Amino acid sequence: MEPKNQYTQKILAPVRRVSTGDYLLWGVLLALLLAGLGAWTWQFIEGLGITGMNRPVYWGVYITNFVFFIGLAHSGTFISAILRIAGQSWRAPLTRAAEAITLFSLPFGAGSIIIDMGHPERILNLLFYGRYQSPIMWDVTAVSLYMLSSIVFFYLSLIPDIAMCRDRLTNVPRWQHRMYEILALGWNHSPEQYHRLEKVLDGMAVFMTMLVVTVHTVVSWLFGMTVQPGWHTALIGPFFLLGAILSGTAAVVIVLAVLRKVYKLEKVLHIGLFNSLRKLLITFVLGWFYMMIAEHLTIGYSSMTEELIVLTDKFSGTYALIFWGMATFVFGIPLLVFIFKGKNHIGWMVFASVLINIGMWMERYIVIIPTEVSPRMLPVMGQGSYLPALPEILITIACFAGLILLYAVFTRFFPIVPIWETAQELPGQVHIPETSPATSPAASD
Amino acid sequence: MPRWGMVIDLDKCFACQSCTAACRMENNTPLAGKDQADMGRAILWNEVLPFVEGEYPNIHTTMLPRPCMHCDNPACIKVCPVQATYKNDEGLVLVDYDRCIGCRMCTVACPYAVRYFNWYEPEWPEELKAHLNPEPEVQPRPKGVVEKCTFCVQRLRKARETAEAAGRTFNATDYIPACVQTCTGHARYFGDLDDPKSLVSKLSHSPRAFRMFEELGTQPKVYYLKQG
Repeated sequence: MEPKNQYTQKILAPVRRVSTGDYLLWGVLLALLLAGLGAWTWQFIEGLGITGMNRPVYWGVYITNFVFFIGLAHSGTFISAILRIAGQSWRAPLTRAAEAITLFSLPFGAGSIIIDMGHPERILNLLFYGRYQSPIMWDVTAVSLYMLSSIVFFYLSLIPDIAMCRDRLTNVPRWQHRMYEILALGWNHSPEQYHRLEKVLDGMAVFMTMLVVTVHTVVSWLFGMTVQPGWHTALIGPFFLLGAILSGTAAVVIVLAVLRKVYKLEKVLHIGLFNSLRKLLITFVLGWFYMMIAEHLTIGYSSMTEELIVLTDKFSGTYALIFWGMATFVFGIPLLVFIFKGKNHIGWMVFASVLINIGMWMERYIVIIPTEVSPRMLPVMGQGSYLPALPEILITIACFAGLILLYAVFTRFFPIVPIWETAQELPGQVHIPETSPATSPAASD
Repeated sequence: MPRWGMVIDLDKCFACQSCTAACRMENNTPLAGKDQADMGRAILWNEVLPFVEGEYPNIHTTMLPRPCMHCDNPACIKVCPVQATYKNDEGLVLVDYDRCIGCRMCTVACPYAVRYFNWYEPEWPEELKAHLNPEPEVQPRPKGVVEKCTFCVQRLRKARETAEAAGRTFNATDYIPACVQTCTGHARYFGDLDDPKSLVSKLSHSPRAFRMFEELGTQPKVYYLKQG
């Protein structure tokens, strides 16, 4: 007995056929990805000298990308794990779409660290000689554990839907059907199976919640553990975490809007979801602003010379444009849009969410670069400077293209809305989405 | 076991840069060329940096020679994920070029900016290439790894070997780094900080002595004597 879901056909529709448009999009994305791969090869042969990095700016956009993509990855875990524990059943239709962002942005986050290495072929040294005193090892451990658990979590909740693909999509190419057969692991929709699945997912959600907090905190400690001005603050961990959840949630808005439009899922990914996300985003944007004030006031109020040099450089110096641009993109405009325009208006929500993500990338940049440009040795060394060079730009574009490519391909082979989780009735009635707005969109806001 | 340290008398230094040049020849640091140097990619294990205070006409410049501080509590070692940078028994902070993965966390963490990254494969003009120091410790480093001042660790080994060959015990005064040996103004002193009778130990307790960024707790083993 399959789960009863009135939208099963609608959700499975995109999986039935790959269009010419898809191939075109995949082709373009693949070309961009290959261009980035080419740039990396070039960098591997020539050395990191072909980037814009120098002394004292030893870390540039690769590390910015690392922090950004790991942050973006917090979307899925936040929605699936934290909101699952909080019993927010409205999230059901968007869990998979959000988790897929996690799954597909993590490789590019982790990859950015490898791209940044002078000797990527020595990566196994981390295994042979790794020492846990280094924040890099904390990152490597946390991120790989996060990647592994995300895959497991994602796959587990995908199994019942794969089984539905196996049973219903009989006219797909042979290899594709065979793939469903293997991946479904013999799932036959028995009540016992659903019971166990829910139990495992609940347990994993607790673990994932702990992990999500840990991951972005240790990412920030890459900077926070050094004594460099602007980085050495206890707030950096929570601030990075909040920023990550903010950019992740905003990314979910963008993805949902695209999916419902392209795959005609308006009924399933209803406006109520956007209204719920809007409330979350207002909270996060305000939280971000609070942290911003807390951090900068603490530094600005003191008169510690090195710290003030970095702060002034952000407020009114070389980085003023990026700094204030970031504040406008992450806080100013989105807050106004969410409060006054966002309700029941997906276009405005997407607009603000795009701004938030551009702003969050700028934030990662503004945390990393100005500190390096004005090191403690500034009075004798003079101020440094940094501008990303062509390979860095190509590789950054490739990371984004790769993320979108993986996402686009995935949605053509697997249902992007969890059919069983949004079902009106599950076998054995173990799971009833009680007051899920999936059934009553109007009641959600 | 000696604890090697250096004292630099800023009153005696007149910034002739001979330490920088001697270091370059002793340690085979590559020539970056003007363009790369302008980008801040020159590799100079020892640098003489101008510290300017005040504004014209009330201006005062102190020239600050800066080798690696060989901290007792180095920020670089803490953050290295593979223990490619380490402190040996005698307090020298060294780099294992074969193990370094090039993550540059140490360069970011070092408050003294003494660590240099090899952005490209090292290069020398032919004339210079013929005169590279043949010691195994200073063989040209590959691209993608971090390098830094070692207090001329190869000279320490050679001094020990010489003492052994001559059948006498090794004395702390047998070993000095190239920058100290070449210093025109005799501004640099080198020796065992743990030996209370040594000159460096005495000078490090001088009322003029200070260390860079002492407040960071890195405990550098390079002392400066204030300009008086």
